[in-house]
Amino acid sequence: MRLAEFSYGDSFIHRMDPRSKIVTAVIFSVFVAVNNSLQVCALALVFPLVMLGLGRISFVKTLRRLGAINSFLVILWLVLPFSYPGDPLFTIGAWTATQQGALMALMITLKSNVIVLTMMALLGSSSIFSLAHALTHLGIPEKIALLFFFSYRYVHVINTEFETLSRAMKIRSFKPNMNIHTYRSYAYLVGMLLVKSFDRSNRIMAAMKCRGFTGKFYILHHYQMKRMDFLLPAVSGIFAALIMVVR
Amino acid sequence: MHISEGVLSGAVLIAGAGLSTVGVGIGIRNLDYDQIPKVGLLSAVFFVASLVHIPVGPASAHLVLSGLCGLLLGWTAFPAILVGLSLQALLFQFGGLTTLGANTFNIAFPAVVLGVTVGKLVNNENPAIRMTAEFICGAGSILFSGLLVALSLFATGKAFLPASKLVILAHIPIMLIEGLITVFVVEFVRKVRPEILSPA
Repeated sequence: MRLAEFSYGDSFIHRMDPRSKIVTAVIFSVFVAVNNSLQVCALALVFPLVMLGLGRISFVKTLRRLGAINSFLVILWLVLPFSYPGDPLFTIGAWTATQQGALMALMITLKSNVIVLTMMALLGSSSIFSLAHALTHLGIPEKIALLFFFSYRYVHVINTEFETLSRAMKIRSFKPNMNIHTYRSYAYLVGMLLVKSFDRSNRIMAAMKCRGFTGKFYILHHYQMKRMDFLLPAVSGIFAALIMVVR
Repeated sequence: MHISEGVLSGAVLIAGAGLSTVGVGIGIRNLDYDQIPKVGLLSAVFFVASLVHIPVGPASAHLVLSGLCGLLLGWTAFPAILVGLSLQALLFQFGGLTTLGANTFNIAFPAVVLGVTVGKLVNNENPAIRMTAEFICGAGSILFSGLLVALSLFATGKAFLPASKLVILAHIPIMLIEGLITVFVVEFVRKVRPEILSPA
């Protein structure tokens, strides 16, 4: 499992204050998600592409991830052109595809890709820990931030346990198939993961209590907004305004 | 199960975000600091379990286990699922940023409602009753999540009606398997570590 692979880098995008990146990513994504113009969506694509370029984030890896998302959109392309009312584009048997439907599917595809690319460029270029840290500075409840920290901290550990257990199953010639035996085996695998994690969480809690944990999450490193960090939200805002005008 | 970015209308996104905020708010009020490691690790388990692909007919589906999550965590499942979905969005770009609210609500709400009602029966003496309850939690969560996803799509535009129907149809086989797996997991946990099932 390769997690957060884009966060290792040393470009000026990587060094930027994560708070400014989060705020920009959220506002820009909402702007793209709620607008209803194909031109705006197409023009908006420029922003994440420039950011990916500035962050020197691998083009090949980005494309590979986009492939995964776009496979979700295939179903939309299969259905939407045929269900959207409008002028006929072409006909297959009793099914007629409409221009408006195809344009709608195209717009959704564009929106999806723009938002995901923005996320990869801005949020992907920070480590998960610094994002969680930045979120506490932005005022999300402390319990959520703690939960986020714990979850991410142990995803790797639990995944390793999962891999050990599935290797053990493979050694015993387990072959997944569509039968009760398969479902029961997977359920016991999940059950075992739950049991191991439950025990681990008790040990963690005990260790934390020994070290004086009282529920407070201390932040040692405070962020300082530099002039550069105001640049990003400003640039994205101007860009958004510009494409609304150009259209 | 996830709705990707760019599909839903602004109104649906806002409704989803608002409803999820309420749910998460109730969830964290019920969450003691002592329980945070436990809930954090459980949401990591659900995250890892969602990478497990199980065969369903000719295709395969990944585990969701939202019903199990609601059954074990009650209202706390709301923040746990929010965290799990955020990690999926950040690490794999599944789901997304603007849809986080709607997706959290669609997955967590049925799980929580079933978990705090039917889920109370999991410690029943009668194995038939408790296994039925477990099955309902597992299968019902998927069914109602599927309906909520379909409803979100339909509320975005009437043109999504066939897509909504397809979503519901696709959820039916997954629903049955999730129900079965939930029963097996809970019965396994009962034998091995019954404390997990007792309310904290």
